Amino acid sequence: MSAETWAIARFTVLMASLATMLVLPPAIAVGWVLARKQFPGKTLLETVVSLPLVLPPVATGLLLLWFFGRRSPVGQALDSIGIEVIFTWKAVVLSMMVISFPLVARSVRAGIEQVDRRYEQIAATLGAGSFCILRTITLPLASKGIAAGAVLGFSRALGEFGATIMVAGAIPGRTRTIAVGIYTLVETGREEAAWSLVLVSAVLAFGAIYISNRLVTQGGRA
Amino acid sequence: MIDLSIDVTMRQDAFTLRVQDAASVEVLGLFGPSGSGKTSLLEAIAGIRTPDAGEIRIGDRILFSSAKRINLPARQRRIGYVPQDALLFPNLDVTGNINYGKHAAGDFESLVQILDLQSLLERRVKMLSGGEKQRVAIARALMTRPSILLLDEPLAGVDRGRRDVILPYILRIRKELHVPLIYVTHDRQELETIADRVLHLDRGSAAASSAV
Repeated sequence: MSAETWAIARFTVLMASLATMLVLPPAIAVGWVLARKQFPGKTLLETVVSLPLVLPPVATGLLLLWFFGRRSPVGQALDSIGIEVIFTWKAVVLSMMVISFPLVARSVRAGIEQVDRRYEQIAATLGAGSFCILRTITLPLASKGIAAGAVLGFSRALGEFGATIMVAGAIPGRTRTIAVGIYTLVETGREEAAWSLVLVSAVLAFGAIYISNRLVTQGGRA
Repeated sequence: MIDLSIDVTMRQDAFTLRVQDAASVEVLGLFGPSGSGKTSLLEAIAGIRTPDAGEIRIGDRILFSSAKRINLPARQRRIGYVPQDALLFPNLDVTGNINYGKHAAGDFESLVQILDLQSLLERRVKMLSGGEKQRVAIARALMTRPSILLLDEPLAGVDRGRRDVILPYILRIRKELHVPLIYVTHDRQELETIADRVLHLDRGSAAASSAV
């Protein structure tokens, strides 16, 4: 396997790990709100959260490109403080986060819904506030669902293509991930190098899904 | 002794529970058949369930009043609640469970001694018997120094032959810690052992109270 293949694989795993770490806090917050709170507009929030699952990733990519581009207020604000997102590694992480967010949030939600609410009620009678209960009871008891969601989100991030190529491009050594790399290598007639990336991605995907399934099975038994 | 005043209406699945009682109690027994609303009433006192109307007062503290629009959150009520299945937190060991409400600085050592928990402290919750779980849950509730302790059929999950293993502990709490109790049961014999006043609940009918 060439140095180029290794570099792409390392870069992709690093970006997917970063994306998973960054997506977990908001996904836990949204998963908890959806699992435990009743409020007007809940169905709307559920729909928005699931949108990146259904929308073509390329369309999500185009939306991100517009949102963080120099023509949008957000892009301009970031630009004015010297932060460039589009066509950088940050765009890779961003697109991975947005695409994997629904999977992680849904998994967290399912994990929290499995926690008997009466534990939380008892914790409240013992004087604990909402955040304390979330931190000490709900999240530890939902940890398998959260871990399974993280692994699922990580594996989705590893394979992310459509949004990434729109916002980050395929710049060798800067934004080229495994999925984007396979596409560009085939496009440029370097099929052999593409196959080695396919092998790497198959091994990574197998490992991630295997771990996720193990966690889900153990969670079901607990 | 504590002044307890309950006057609530709560819709249940099959009937509407109406409870009216005001008394100074040391141990109040809640007696009635399964499904008569005993647990619902405890949950209303603990702040887990909201009554449809009425008022709950302990001493001069109003915990709930539909007329005054007061509904104190469970965490501010200082009510110790031990549900029938103990509900120990499975992610914590026995010590972790007992210390969960420790911010209120209950006396860990004396509770462990009164409830005879020394040998259980390092155990995982899964490894405890029904009676041991109850004792740990009682210690956990007492660590918050509650103004009253609610016990929901503490002997229900314990073999009939081993009930004597729990009851003395509850009597010790009453005697040594002077914590007022509300004790739910559908066993008349238990009531006679422990309660100084009984509130009879029956499906939907008004509850009557009497001294034992």
